[in-house]
Parts: sequence; C-alpha cells; structure tokens
Amino acid sequence: MFIVKNKFKSLSYWFYYSYVVLVLIFTAGPLLVTFILAFNNSPAASFPWQGFTLDWFSSSTPEREGLFNDPRMMMAIGTSLKVATAVTIISILLGINNAFLFVREKFVGKEFLYMLMLGPLVVPGVVLGTSILSFTHSIANSLDMAFGAGAGTFLRPGFWLVVLGQVSFVATTTTLVITARLRKFDQSLEEAAMDLGSTRARAILSITLRFLTPAIVGAAIVAFLFSFENFNTTYFLSGPADSTTVPIILYSRLRFGLSPQINAVSVLLMVSTGILGLIAFLFQKGDDAA
Amino acid sequence: MLEKIKNSKGLMLVLVPHLVWIGVLFVLPHIKLFGLSFVDRRSGEVTLGNYMKFFESELYRDVFMHTALFAILVTLITLAIAFPTAFIITKILGKKMKAALLLGIVLPYWISELIRVFAWMVLLRETGVVSYMLQAIGVTSQNIEFLYQNGTIVIGLVYTSILFMIIPIMNSLDSLDNSLIEASYDLGGNFWSTMKEIIIPHAAPGIMVGSVMVFMLNLGNYVTVTLLGGKNSLWFTENIYNQFIVRFNHNQGAAFGVILLTFSVLVVWISLKVTGQDMAEAM
Repeated sequence: MFIVKNKFKSLSYWFYYSYVVLVLIFTAGPLLVTFILAFNNSPAASFPWQGFTLDWFSSSTPEREGLFNDPRMMMAIGTSLKVATAVTIISILLGINNAFLFVREKFVGKEFLYMLMLGPLVVPGVVLGTSILSFTHSIANSLDMAFGAGAGTFLRPGFWLVVLGQVSFVATTTTLVITARLRKFDQSLEEAAMDLGSTRARAILSITLRFLTPAIVGAAIVAFLFSFENFNTTYFLSGPADSTTVPIILYSRLRFGLSPQINAVSVLLMVSTGILGLIAFLFQKGDDAA
Repeated sequence: MLEKIKNSKGLMLVLVPHLVWIGVLFVLPHIKLFGLSFVDRRSGEVTLGNYMKFFESELYRDVFMHTALFAILVTLITLAIAFPTAFIITKILGKKMKAALLLGIVLPYWISELIRVFAWMVLLRETGVVSYMLQAIGVTSQNIEFLYQNGTIVIGLVYTSILFMIIPIMNSLDSLDNSLIEASYDLGGNFWSTMKEIIIPHAAPGIMVGSVMVFMLNLGNYVTVTLLGGKNSLWFTENIYNQFIVRFNHNQGAAFGVILLTFSVLVVWISLKVTGQDMAEAM
C-alpha cells in the first residue's frame, strides 16, 4: 500500500485528492445547502441569508406553516413509521427463514430459487408496483364476487397493500444480509449445545440467533430505511389517507412549488436517517471484526 | 426412513414461507402482468393490440428511444466519474481517509430520493441558489431557469445513481493485490499500461455490476426525471404511470411494463455476453 501510494504521489497526489473532494461536494453539497436554508428567515427556499429562524419547524401562521403544525405532513410521517415498522418485522422474519433455507437445507433447484429471489431487487420498481397492483386487483375482484362486496378490500390500494408491496423487495435485502452472516457460523457450536442436553430449537434460539444479532440489527435498519424512502412501488399501491407516506406527499407538493417547510422536513429526515445509518455502519464494523 | 421424513419436515418449514413470499409477491404478479398485456381492455379477447399500439405510435417509440439512449449515456457518464473515485479511495488514499470519505458519499444515499431531488430543485430553479450566486458575482443580471432541461435530468440521474457504481468497483478493486501493480511497474509498465492491463481487467466484474445497476435504476426512474424534467422529461416510465393511474388502462400499462422489462433484460444480457462477464459470479 505504502509503495503504491508513493508511486502515485510522485505523479500528482494533490490532483487525486482534489478530485475526490469535488465528488464529495457533488454528493453532499446540495443536501448541505438544503439543510442550511431550513433555518433561513425568508419565505423562499433560497439565499440571501436573512437571519436564523425556526419558523419552518414550529410556526403556525397561515403564511408560515411549520412542519410540526401541518397535520397532513405529520400524519404522513406517522403513516411512514407504521408502514416501515410492519415491513421491517415481516422482512426480518422472512430473511431469517430464507437464510436457514439457503445455508442449511439441500434440495433440488436451490440455485434457481436463489437467483429468482434476487428478482424483486433487479426489476424496476415501476414494474414491480404495477404487477402487484394488477395481481391483487384481480384477486380482490374475485373475492368480492365470491363472498360479497367488500371481501377483497384488504387487497385494494391502502396500508396493507403498501406493506406487502414493499416486503416483496425489502425481504430480498434482509435475506442477503442475514444469509452472509449465517454462512460464517460454525454449526458445531449448535451441535455441542445439543450434546449437552439442549433441544434443537433452544440451541438455535440461544446460540445461532445470538450470533446473527448484528446482522439482524443491520438488516432491520436497512429495511426500515428502504421502506421509509420508497416511492416507485408505493405510489401504485397507496390509496386513501391511511397509506399516504412521506415520499408520496412530498412528490405531490414538489410539483406545485417549493416551500421552506420542505427544507425542514429534509432536516428531520437527514438527522434521523443519519443516526440510523451510523448505527448500521457501526454494527457492520462490529460484524466484520467478529 | 424416519430420519428422512423428519428432515423433509424441517425443509418444508422454511421452504413454504419462502415460496409463499416469492410466489405471491413476485412470480404470480409478473405472470399476471404478462397475461394482461395480451388481453383487449374492452372485449377481453386475446390480442396483440396493446403491443401494436406501441409499435404503431411514433410518440411512444420516440419516448422509448429517448429513454433508452439517455439511460445508456448516463450510465457511461456515471462510470467515467465513479471509476477514478473508487480507484483513488481504495488504492491511493489512506485507510482513515477512506472511512471518512465513504461516509460522506454513502450517507446522502440513505436519504429519500425525493429529498435529494428537492435539494437540486432548490439549487437550480429560476429563483434558486445557483441563479442567485451567478447574479451575486455579476455573471448575469437576471434569474436563470436551469430546471426542465435534458442537461438537468442527466445531472439528477448521475446524482441519484453514482453510489451504486462506486461501491461495486471499490469492492472489486479491494481484492486487487497491490504487489501486482508493483510488478507491472517493475516490469517497465507505466500508469496507462498498468491501468489497461492490470487494474481495469481486475475491476471488470465490479464495473459490470455497477453499470447494470445504474442502467436499471435510470431506466426505471420516475421521481428524478419528472421533477427535474417537468412535462418535457419524455421518460418511458411516465407512460406506464399514466396508463395505470390516470387512464386506469391496466392492459396497455402492462404491455408497456413488459416492453420495459424485456428491453432491460436484453441490454443486460447483451452487455454481459459482449464483455464476457458472468453476472452470477460478479454478484
């Protein structure tokens, strides 16, 4: 490493260095500007700087509707949290299940199933969303016909359909993360526990799952963030107010002009995402060290 | 025998949930979509009409070509920016720097695409930050609108997908033994020949995975193109959204979806063949 570094250093170390700094400005700069402008005492989300204010978070005047006093935005945040929690729980359970399937079991067609499972991550979100919508639409119609109107309502656009649609691709991600960790597990530990009189279920619970914990926490955070930020698939599957998530409401607002209130929303999302992302990053580091 | 039954019970316990998930939420919906695309909306008869509508309409074809060419162009631009970035981070800068840099590049990607697009709208719109800066330093005396242009769409797409190019290339470069680079120099190679003979061939799987991911993300993008491009974005996904959401014509929308999916699979397959890469191996 050192010699390589020197070799390129002799070429033009500073050129390389400033190149990466430029890329960093490109990736982080726009978000930084958005962050700063959330606190600008101006009715437009732009410069010049006119002093510090928290109006875009907490004001309740008609001209300056702060984020915390906007019932529709607050409701969307609540909906997103509920959706993401449901998606995370289901996807983690599926991920653990799938990891045991692919690491522990032997069966014909395993390779094929593994490739198939990557599908939801590769197919464009638009296609995934429309196909799930078409499928559930026809099932809901059949249910209505067979059992009377309303029988298929739970499969119509709304909260549970959004959850199902997101689970389709989020579970692939959790599976990949947990599978990678389970492959590193030394199965003789489980056998040792069983030799010492533990049941198989108990051995898995107390030894294997404990070993998987860093991967499960990491996967849960990733799943939560994936769900929280999804638009492409969710857009087709969300119906009335109970399934209007934050990205959906942001999309409809961004089409009709920009208010600094959206800067405030951005700050809220950046700070909370940043904290979750850092926790995931640290857990991953711990995972590597183990 | 008893052991075998016991084992197969264990297999079923984990196989069934997996099959329910991938079957109900992926395989059956796609079969449904495929089937719908061959059905006439009014009569319910089997037809190729939904596909004919695409091939007969100059507008749909033009939008499709525009989308495809831009998706490829953006992938190439992203690769051109991301490869040096990945190379410098993994092979030239020190370990500590690497973690800090990576965090600065990765964290923005955890934030919703909507927020990232909003950030660019704040910068580029008529009364935006860039327009203000240009006036402040005296380059121009009036507001300039940077939104709703092809160039803006390109910037936005590169922005939303560059991480998915940087990470796979970094992963493949990480496994390149530095002594190989040393050896190349010792044997009389220079920067360019080392790049061409040693580094790029080694990074090829990462380049391939990154390009495939970025291409698919671009092709399927909706938020970035419609918000930064406005009504003139001419992106094919808009047609799918319109058919499903505005016109409620699932059959026509399904045909468009199948066309998009077929095209993307085809491009990925051809590029894998041409470059001699194996996707399963590269992943």
